[in-house]
Amino acid sequence: MNMSNRLSKRHAAERRLHFFGVLSVVTAVAMLVLLFSNIVIHGHSAFFHSEVKLHISFDSSVIDPSGARDRQTLKRADYQSLIRASLMDSFPEVRKRRDIRKLVKLISRGASFQLQRMVLKKPSLIGTTANVWVTSSDTVDMFQKGQFDFNATESNRGISSKEVSWIHKLQSDGALRKVFNWRFFSSGDSREPELAGVGGALVGSALTMLVTLLVAFPLGVMTAIYLQEFAPQNHWTDWVEVNINNLAAVPSIVFGLLGLAVFLSIMELPRSAPIVGGLTLALMTLPTIIITSRVAIGAVPPSLREAALAIGASPLQTVIHHVLPAAMPGILTGSIIGMARAVGETAPLLMIGMVAFIVDIPTSVDDPSTVLPVQIYIWADSPERGFAEKTSAAIMVLLLFLVFMNGLAIYLRKRLERRW
Amino acid sequence: MIVSEQFSGMSPVSVDDNNCLQPPVVLKSKMETRALDVFYGDKQALQDINLAIGEKEVTALIGPSGCGKSTYLRCLNRMNDTIPECTVRGEVTLDDANIYAPGVDVVEVRARVGMVFQKPNPFPKSIYDNIAYGPRIHGIGSNREAIDEIVQVSLERAGLWEEVRERLNEPGTGLSGGQQQRLCIARAIAVDPEVILMDEPCSALDPIATARIEELIDELKENYTIVIVTHSMQQAARVSQKAAFFHLGMLIECDDTPAMFTNPTKKQTQDYITGRIG
Repeated sequence: MNMSNRLSKRHAAERRLHFFGVLSVVTAVAMLVLLFSNIVIHGHSAFFHSEVKLHISFDSSVIDPSGARDRQTLKRADYQSLIRASLMDSFPEVRKRRDIRKLVKLISRGASFQLQRMVLKKPSLIGTTANVWVTSSDTVDMFQKGQFDFNATESNRGISSKEVSWIHKLQSDGALRKVFNWRFFSSGDSREPELAGVGGALVGSALTMLVTLLVAFPLGVMTAIYLQEFAPQNHWTDWVEVNINNLAAVPSIVFGLLGLAVFLSIMELPRSAPIVGGLTLALMTLPTIIITSRVAIGAVPPSLREAALAIGASPLQTVIHHVLPAAMPGILTGSIIGMARAVGETAPLLMIGMVAFIVDIPTSVDDPSTVLPVQIYIWADSPERGFAEKTSAAIMVLLLFLVFMNGLAIYLRKRLERRW
Repeated sequence: MIVSEQFSGMSPVSVDDNNCLQPPVVLKSKMETRALDVFYGDKQALQDINLAIGEKEVTALIGPSGCGKSTYLRCLNRMNDTIPECTVRGEVTLDDANIYAPGVDVVEVRARVGMVFQKPNPFPKSIYDNIAYGPRIHGIGSNREAIDEIVQVSLERAGLWEEVRERLNEPGTGLSGGQQQRLCIARAIAVDPEVILMDEPCSALDPIATARIEELIDELKENYTIVIVTHSMQQAARVSQKAAFFHLGMLIECDDTPAMFTNPTKKQTQDYITGRIG
């Protein structure tokens, strides 16, 4: 075979490689775009919710018959009946008990708490009338967002013709609007889709990650330093190293079982709490942090160690003053990647009871709480139509959380990176 | 002159015994190695080295690559300790005290015996911090003024002060190769050592920077004992008073530098100097 033949063959091979490379990049990007657009299309509507304008008369005979303005009385008053009265005013034609019950269900159960808060904040409202925008029910919200299939029969589509006509009336009266759904970020989970939010899960995730970071980072980095810089090279350290590498490949649910056995059964820490979740995820993250930290420490040029040792720095001073700062960008990147994996972890947390339905937002690491991926898992499993968009929206929040963490990793890396 | 005649007069005898120890009456020796063997695992890198290093003079270690001269140098401040499979037998004395004796603090040894490496290796810190680091960890210079003083004196002695006085806070890694090497010398001087070991300090530098370092070595020998490993015969001839020729892990010959270069007693030395081996 002559030279030009061989050359053209080589060029052809190169072109093939180039083609397949571009093909795989395009495929990967297309899949990502598909994934993200699907999530955004399904989830974006959850960031807005419907409100209904009610003409509420704060009837003092209902709220505070005695007129004493006692806080406990104001708290316990029947605000639901105010809503009911207001709706019956607006819809005088609805008089059947069953219809009235349905009509009241257009308004979220959270609305009475909204009125309660208003009155508690400003008791002078009692005896006056006011237009109040209250949260609509899931049905109204879904109808507004066009989620009902009107080709189906009335009994199958989840909304009756009567309800549709009432909503149309509200629309024509200008008593319906869509606003940004702040509650989605500030409130905890709820049985009612329109009241449910990721606030509790976000705080739970943050607390869990805090525990994970505080446990796994110092432990992992110190282990890496010892193994890389001080440990004698013998069968013992080889054995430890092999096991650490194996642990990194252990399925996460196994760590969940370990957490269940050790933290809940033996140490009797509180169930469903961020402290247990954080410790379990720390166990899972440790191998990753150790391995990446060892690589980062090993990549520090030996000449830097020699320079420090040669002017009489002790091995510890050499590591603390020179090796560790030089390895820090790599250590941080590895740790944050490990943490990012932990943020998205569900399986081990199911084992330690973080899958419970928790309404309150946790305030400390031993409060019962849930985390973002588990919240997504719970919502994805819920039959109510409103939770479908919440699921996608929560996924978007989780992805943003991850993007934020990775952004932090890149920022720290750039900041701490030094040349030598 | 008398010293050198006495020395060259007795050197054939001592070389025959593979022994370059001189009687202390001739010239006070700062460091000595006696029956030094070094192994890397099973492989013997140095065999029965007996060598005395005179105080406040420059000793050049020459020989072909892999002959053990760098290994020997690294024994003198126990830098070989950092290599796990390296074992050292025999004695290395600094002012007649064995630095390999049990209970000797290696940190103290390295503070007294400084080292400059083949490739300039400043810390990725400012020029000031590069110099100040040693004094700080050893507790020399208690306050800011004292450290400032040490930094200035060290840089002056290394002939770098005029070039960097305006930019002490810039990173040491931003200097040119020759400047970096002088910074490393200044860093070694800053902890006030007695001996400075130099492992081919000019092999990564251009001829002008090399000349600068050689001048510096000449000045430094007024205050410090210097041991330098070099591949350049000319450099050994220019800077050293004493030369030791290593070959295959053995010390073949050591003598006053002019004597060795003009009249080597061993055939191997002659072959190496004239370029037939190595």
